[in-house]
Formats: sequence, structure tokens, C-alpha cells
Amino acid sequence: MATLDAARKRRIHDLMVKTRLTEETAISMNKKGEGHFWIGGAGEEAFGTCLGLQVNKGQGPDHDFLHLHYRGGPTAIAMGVEPIDHLRQMRATASDPFSGGRQFVEHYAIPEWNIVPVSPTIETQYTMAPGTALVQKRHGGHGITIVTGGDAGAAEGDFHVCLTWASRPGNELPLLIIVTHNRWGISTASSSQWSTTSLNDLATPFGIKNSRVNGNDVEASWDAIAQAMDYVRTERRPYCLQADVSRLYGHSSASGANRIEGEPDCIALFEDQLTAEGIVSRADCDAVWDRWRAQIRSAYDQIHREPYPDGTDIWKHIFAEPVRT
Amino acid sequence: MATMAQGIRLALHYAEENLGLTDVFGEDVGPPLGGVFTATQGLKCAWNSPLDERGIIGTAIGIAMAGGRPVAEIQFCDYIFNTIDLLKLAGNMRWSSYGSWGLPLVVKTPVGSGIHGSIYHSHSFESVASHIPGWKIVCPSNAIDAYGLMLSAIADPDPVLFLEPKALLRAKTPDLIPGEPADEKELNRRINKPVIGDTTGWQPDWPDVQPAFVPIGQAAIRRAGTNATVVSYARTLPLAVKAADQLASEGLSFDVIDLRTLYPIDMPTLRKSLHKTRRLLVINEDTEVTNYGEHLIRRLTEEFFYDLEVPPRLLAGKDVPGIGMAWPLEAASVPQAQDVTEAMRDIATQPGRAAAGEWPLIPETFFRNR
Repeated sequence: MATLDAARKRRIHDLMVKTRLTEETAISMNKKGEGHFWIGGAGEEAFGTCLGLQVNKGQGPDHDFLHLHYRGGPTAIAMGVEPIDHLRQMRATASDPFSGGRQFVEHYAIPEWNIVPVSPTIETQYTMAPGTALVQKRHGGHGITIVTGGDAGAAEGDFHVCLTWASRPGNELPLLIIVTHNRWGISTASSSQWSTTSLNDLATPFGIKNSRVNGNDVEASWDAIAQAMDYVRTERRPYCLQADVSRLYGHSSASGANRIEGEPDCIALFEDQLTAEGIVSRADCDAVWDRWRAQIRSAYDQIHREPYPDGTDIWKHIFAEPVRT
Repeated sequence: MATMAQGIRLALHYAEENLGLTDVFGEDVGPPLGGVFTATQGLKCAWNSPLDERGIIGTAIGIAMAGGRPVAEIQFCDYIFNTIDLLKLAGNMRWSSYGSWGLPLVVKTPVGSGIHGSIYHSHSFESVASHIPGWKIVCPSNAIDAYGLMLSAIADPDPVLFLEPKALLRAKTPDLIPGEPADEKELNRRINKPVIGDTTGWQPDWPDVQPAFVPIGQAAIRRAGTNATVVSYARTLPLAVKAADQLASEGLSFDVIDLRTLYPIDMPTLRKSLHKTRRLLVINEDTEVTNYGEHLIRRLTEEFFYDLEVPPRLLAGKDVPGIGMAWPLEAASVPQAQDVTEAMRDIATQPGRAAAGEWPLIPETFFRNR
């Protein structure tokens, strides 16, 4: 089921390059001491971009809620996050629109798009997603909740919590449960932890429909997401989707953030496909890279003119109103 | 003459009708039981959850994110400890998102000893809870405050932890909640689910209760006096009130302050009292090492160091891993009436700096039962 026309493919390619260069700029900033810590979704652009483009974006239960983990950059950028804001959070400037310089990079918080605050914990989002989905179930309509995590996060009990709460008989929730499987939990090999490579199978005993897709394949990812979303939107029941993805720069800056040899690169694969299909030429691809490289360089230069938050800022937003203690 | 459990129930009923309360949920919270202490009987929005504390807290966070106003229950605070990181996330949600995501949710959970709960139904939680910034923490000691604090907690735009002293949940309060029937039997008949017979289809006949918010962050002075300031809450609060009444026959009087809100702390009320008495005793039953009361003492000692007549003291639970099942074990673990009375007498009668001309020694009686 190929549902992507040429224009859509070019759009996806454009966003994937935009995301990759944003991530690589953030990595570079960390290596230059211009940001304390990097973590992100470099290598997950194919699946993440296809996800972001199919989100029903907006605020409130009529729209999709997103409980992303810290590799959600491709999804968020496809939804409209700009590289400059991503890099502001990387540098922890006061202008960081997601946390005011308080959080790691790729920890978005965007109420206007139902992107709930991303946490450095790898699994807690799986416990919260049933709550937004429950409100949407009652509300009706077509809004769903999407929760993402990795294969390492799926090893936590919170994944089990999510499956349980999503599938209570008579209270099944419109919840798309996604596992992006990159085969690693920091330095722990998934093969040493799991007796199965299909973690979506864990959903089967809960009666949750599930499937697995090659997350490095744009068309396959688009279709798998479309089918899963359509099921959740219309049936108002959960679905579990595993996407096999690459981890191009390791876990984070803590593990060096160096390019990992042998990991499939979804952008290179997609460019091979696009050129083979005659949709773009190599020169067209190069132009996309050059355009985003220039724009992100400009954003990079801009954020260096922006200040860090003042230390007195720590007292802001603890509560809705300041409290007397 | 409502019990504290009834006061909480009436508040939840008022809130589901008037304050936008959307969910009251947890283990055994919905029908048929309506809570192991019956505090959630008869509510329209009460439902039973899986026996899964992390799911309860996580789902409550999600409901609040999506615009709901939940009250989630952890059946006993002894079972809340595996949710600490979720409580931390709830507490830092607004701060970490620079104000863009608030969480109007309430977590209620019974705390403390007094029902022969043994090792896993007797924990206190306030000392741990007060290490989780971003939460307001309330702890009523009577039905009226339980009613009013629950209303305030539900209306609050931030997370509120509602600690229920389980030893007091069935204690009756002489004063009436506005709209509460004056006849205690009438109230019971109308809102208590019958304990025998066929209760299929039972519905409460709710009285027309009216709002009576107790502001979060406001302590109450239960007894006024001059010889010492006694700060307490939960199960030990009525013990302090009773001791104050008893010690009046010995010519001693006390400011007995019911803290009611553990965070934010009503420092103005504490300061005003300590200015007057210059003697401070904090009483609770949490284990004494890194006890919440130690924070109160540190704050007040820093402010009143040169004004205090005697060293401030904490009467707390013993630093043991649990509360044993046998009554002598429980009695030896957490302050009992006699302990409270003796501690209050000691703090009030110990020779002060002015009389002694030097820093006084703590009397031996203070250590006797420790």
C-alpha cells in the first residue's frame, strides 16, 4: 500500500534532512562545550517524520496527545518545531521555549500541540498516556494519544502498566503505543535482555492489536503508522507498533555521540530510493542539505547572542502563583 | 457530627457537582466498597482501578494534562513509595516546562498508625513527601478541615497531596459542615451505604452541603496559651489538645497549633506564637531521623535562636523499620497520650535561660521513653 506521492516524499526528505542537521549541530555544540549534554533521535528520522506528519496537531482532547521520549526530535520537527528552538534548549538559553534553560535538549513541552513535557526518565510516559487517552475516550471524536519509548524503556514495569490500563475490558483506550527498537539500552544490548525481537508481541496477551515495521523504510513506516492510527481513531482501542530503527550516534553524549559504523542510515536509504524513482536527483538532495545547513548555521549563530537564564529564575513557575513559605 | 471520612466524602460530592471534579479513582474506591475507609462511597465519578499504584499516579497525571480534575487514591501511603519518581515528575511538571504545563490533581492517601495496621499499614509519609518540591501538602485532623481542605485541594491549579490520618478517619467532629443534617443518625442514614442486606442500586441522598473552603497554607490555633508552643497535626494533634486541657490544672497553658498544611508552611502563625511563648515542641509520629518536624525546628531556631528560653524539641516516632503488630510494640513506636503530656509538661516547666542564667540542660524525663 504505497500512499506517498512524489511531493509528499520530497517533503519527508526535506524534514528528515532538517532534523538530521539539527541533531548533528546539537552534537557538535556538545563536543565544543556549547551545550552540556546531547541526546536525541538521530537515525530515527524516517519513522519519526512519518509519525509527526500524521499527527492531528492541536490543543485539547479533539487533537492527538503526544507523550514522546527523548528521541522524539524527528516527530516534533515534522510537526513544526524549528531548529533554532531545539538549539536554544541545547545551549540552555533563557529563550528556550520548552523549559527556559532547565531541561536537556529534545525535552519538548508544547501545550498548543498537546506535546506533554518530555522527561529524562525513559519509561514514565507510558504510565501517563492512559490518562490523556481516558479523557479522549470519554470526549469522543477522533483525537488519540500517542506514546513513544524505546526497547530499553519497554523493559520497565511502566510498559506493562500501559498495556494493562489501555486494555481494561469495557474501557479500552484510544492509545497508540509505540516502541522504537534500536537494539540498545545505553550500552546494554537488547539481545542480552529480551528473548524476543518483537516487543509488540508483548501486547498480544492483553488483546491489543499490534505489528512491527522497518522504521528505516519511509513508505513502510508511513503506511504502518497510518493503519495503526486509523484503527485507534475509529475503533477507540489501543494498538502497539514496534519500529526497528537505527541509533546513529550512540546513546547520548555520555557514550561519545560518535557516528556508529554499520547502522543503516535512513536518509541515505531514502535518497537512494528517491533518485532511483526519479523523484529527485543527487543534486536536488545536495541542495536540500545545503539549504538547511545554511539555515541552521544562522540559527546557531543567533543563539550565541542570546543570554542564559538568571539564577534568580529558579523561583519562577514552581506553582501557578508564588506561595509563602 | 460527621466523621472525617464523611467530611471527605461530602467534599468530593460537592466537588463533582460544582468544582469540575472528573475522577475519583484507586483501588476499591468505586462501588461496591467506596474506599476501605468509605470516604468515596456513592460518588458518581468514583471508579475502581487496577491494583497498580504507578498506573494510578501516572493516569492521574495524564487526566490532569488533558483537562480533567482527578483525585487519585493510594489506598495506604505504605504503597505510595513505588511512585516517588512519578510524584517528582508531577511536582516538577510546571517548573520544568517553564510554566506551560500545570497539573491540577489531588492524591489522597491514609497515613500513620492507630488502627493496628502493623508494618505495612502504619507508615507516615510527610517527611518523604516534603522532599518532593512542587506539591502542596495538607493533613486535616477533623472533619470540618477535611471537608474544607479537600475543596481547596481540588480547586487548586497545582498538585496537592491530601494526607488522611487514618486513626482519625472515623472520629466525629462536633461542628457541622454547612448543610450537614444536625442529626447524626440522619446523616448516616442518608449517605452511608448499609452494611447488611441487599444494597443493589443503593444511592446516597446527599444533603445540600455548601462550600466552606479551608485555605491551603493556613494553620489553626486549637488552644491558646503562654507557656509553650506545640505544633502538631494528624493523630497526635488531638492528643496535644487533650494534654493542654489536662495540664491546665497544673497552671500550664499552651498554644496548640494544628498545622493543617504542611507545605506551604504557615510561618507567620508559628512566628507569632513563638514570639509569645519562646518555647517550641513539635509532635508527630513519623520516624525521627530527617523528620519533617526537624525542618520546622531548624527554620524557627534560625529565626529565634537568641529568644528561645529552652532548646526546641521534637517528639516523634522511634527510628525503627516498622510498627509492630502487638499493641505494646505500636505504643512504644509512636507517641501516645502520656508521651505527649509529659513532653508538653517538660517543655513548659524546664527552667529557662532567663531563670538559669545559662543554657539549660534537657531534663532526663524527655529521654526516658526514647
